Amino acid sequence: MDMKVTKKKLGLKDKYKLMTRDLGWEPSYHSKDELYPYMNYEGIKIHDWDKWEDPFRLTMDAYWKYQAEKERKFYAIIDAHAQNNGHLNLTDARYLSALKIFLQAISPGEYAAHRGFARVGREFPGVGPQVACQMQAIDEIRHAQTQIHAMSNYNRYYNGFHAFADQRDRIWYTSVARSFFDDAMSAGPFEFMIAIGFSFEYVLTNLLFVPFMSGAAYNGDMATVTFGFSAQSDEARHMTLGLEVIKFILEQDPDNLPIVQNWIDKWFWRGFRVLGLVSTMMDYMLPKRVMSWREAWDIYGVENGGALFKDLARYGIKPPKGWDDAEKAIDHMSHQFMLGLYQWSFGTAFHAWIPSDDDMRWLSAKYPDTFDQYYRPRWEHIKKLAAAGTPFKNYGLAKLCQTCQLPTVFTEPDDPTLTCHRETVYKGEKYHFCSDGCQHIFENEPEKYIQAWLPMPQLFQDPVNGDLGEWMKWVSLLDGKDNGDYAGSEDQKNFEAWRGLATTNQ
Amino acid sequence: MSTVFIALQANEETRPIIEAIEIDNPQAVVHRQPAMVKIDAQGRLVIRRATIEEQLGRDFDLQEIHINLISLTGHVVEDDETLTLSWND
Amino acid sequence: MTVAAIKEYLAVPRDRVENFHGKQLVYVSWDRHLLFAAPFLLCLPPETAFRELVNGPLAMLLQADPDAAAIDWTKVEWLKSNQPWTPDFDASLAANGIGHKDQLRLRTSGLNSLLAA
Ligand SMILES: [Fe+2]
Ligand SMILES: [Fe+2]
Repeated sequence: MDMKVTKKKLGLKDKYKLMTRDLGWEPSYHSKDELYPYMNYEGIKIHDWDKWEDPFRLTMDAYWKYQAEKERKFYAIIDAHAQNNGHLNLTDARYLSALKIFLQAISPGEYAAHRGFARVGREFPGVGPQVACQMQAIDEIRHAQTQIHAMSNYNRYYNGFHAFADQRDRIWYTSVARSFFDDAMSAGPFEFMIAIGFSFEYVLTNLLFVPFMSGAAYNGDMATVTFGFSAQSDEARHMTLGLEVIKFILEQDPDNLPIVQNWIDKWFWRGFRVLGLVSTMMDYMLPKRVMSWREAWDIYGVENGGALFKDLARYGIKPPKGWDDAEKAIDHMSHQFMLGLYQWSFGTAFHAWIPSDDDMRWLSAKYPDTFDQYYRPRWEHIKKLAAAGTPFKNYGLAKLCQTCQLPTVFTEPDDPTLTCHRETVYKGEKYHFCSDGCQHIFENEPEKYIQAWLPMPQLFQDPVNGDLGEWMKWVSLLDGKDNGDYAGSEDQKNFEAWRGLATTNQ
Repeated sequence: MSTVFIALQANEETRPIIEAIEIDNPQAVVHRQPAMVKIDAQGRLVIRRATIEEQLGRDFDLQEIHINLISLTGHVVEDDETLTLSWND
Repeated sequence: MTVAAIKEYLAVPRDRVENFHGKQLVYVSWDRHLLFAAPFLLCLPPETAFRELVNGPLAMLLQADPDAAAIDWTKVEWLKSNQPWTPDFDASLAANGIGHKDQLRLRTSGLNSLLAA
């Protein structure tokens, strides 16, 4: 590392005190309630904001120094990737579907997280959380920017990257991630912190980033490894903040416990549904796979989540309500998602495909209790339909969950052969859900979720009114280029041709 | 006792840090994965500035770890000399 | 429960039937036939005869399943909002009491080719 490290005159603790708490002041001509108007309505009671401390004791001066170093490292590699045709080092261009989903759905989530942390940093009265939230707000906008920048290198060569901003707002599957962040941002500041800082960052992001980056490394995607690592280096700080937040809130007042537990139950399930798509990436979309979704869940869900909730038990916190249902879904969800993505691939700005015989061998080895029994017969039939020249396309569109906005592809927790049907009536309107977890969330705050912009029902309203061609224009989806089966796609042809040019003298 | 872990990018900057962690935490298990090293330890893991400096041959500020950090679990306690991860169970 | 808010919080649902220009949504799914990843969403006028729904869009969508040709529509068991229910094939959706966003399920016991034994 080329930065100069000099012996500090101030110790870490003194410096932290000087650069955070000592920057605060007592208001004189406005009351605290006027300055911080959103501190009471959620019911959380805080008595002493000075009890909040960042365990890393990172101060703004050090923050800028280390972030600048991360950016230098990031751009050195991104430049090299662009200069050396890095895209041809991929194991296979099928892999790019995972990146396209990431760009369309996750990177805009980074930007949403930026806005959320900027807001709560303003609303919390304590200087400790103000500084920590300000750092995280800047981190998150950096993540959005570096991701978009890194993936713009693929946009030069491949389809499906060109309209991520339109698709973030309009295409159907991105509404899952968008509504997740909208839900958090429109909640109060304390709920936002439990939602994003704790439940998402601490409990679930390891499942997103660690396998995603290892997957990128395994599949020759230097650009993604780089933005992933650059973002992830901030993530450890975010996770630590998330854990600190929950301890802080619980230690401040015993009345906070039931409110926090309710948020943990809600946001674990919301996050589990959003991250479910990662299962498909791990089990189906990586040409060279790192570990199965089941294996990742065992490490980052069961082992780490288990340790976390065992530790928090001393405050009276219980594991999230949906934990057991999540466990029951692990061996099914990636298959259920991929079957959906394949049959609706006429409407996705990424490619899907039928798993090869080799892929299916791997899947039955990794999912010995479920793949051969439930999912292989469906794929074999789909393969037959494709071979007969009548590839399976499901133009029926899908029923969506009012809460998580995913197509209701999930089965009963204890019966993998039966779709999970859940519905309720609120003020004379009918609403459908994918699971008990999503139904409970709706029933706790129905006025919030009746506003959901569900992309499938919207397709039959203005301005599209059920016209699929119009819809494709409206979502900036280029039919025959961005969508459909990977087999026979422009991406496949181009990748093979260019790789041929790079490895032969033709 | 629950496991804590720290994951670092696998590169030249982290090699001496990982060596120092192994010296200070003989019970730790080091997993070398694609582009990353994940170190698991039962209950507690301690990272010491002095040991890293010995391995590195130069002064080191523990906050430099942030540059190559991927993830961690457990409660964090950091001062000028040590960074400790632990669970209270 | 209500939404925690600093003032009264009231919202307007987005998918009210008025927004569908005279049509309504109906969800249909075939129990234990999970080649179809999720229940189908159909958008039809409430005057549509139930028989038209079955012979038209539904029959077309179900074709991809190897059991489709073997369905005996006179023996199908139906559920509406998860309760047993008997449709009148000649009556309209409205006359059958199929409201906006109702979920219909059909059951065909004995047919399940795509489930390994
Ligand atoms: Fe981020
Ligand atoms: Fe849901």
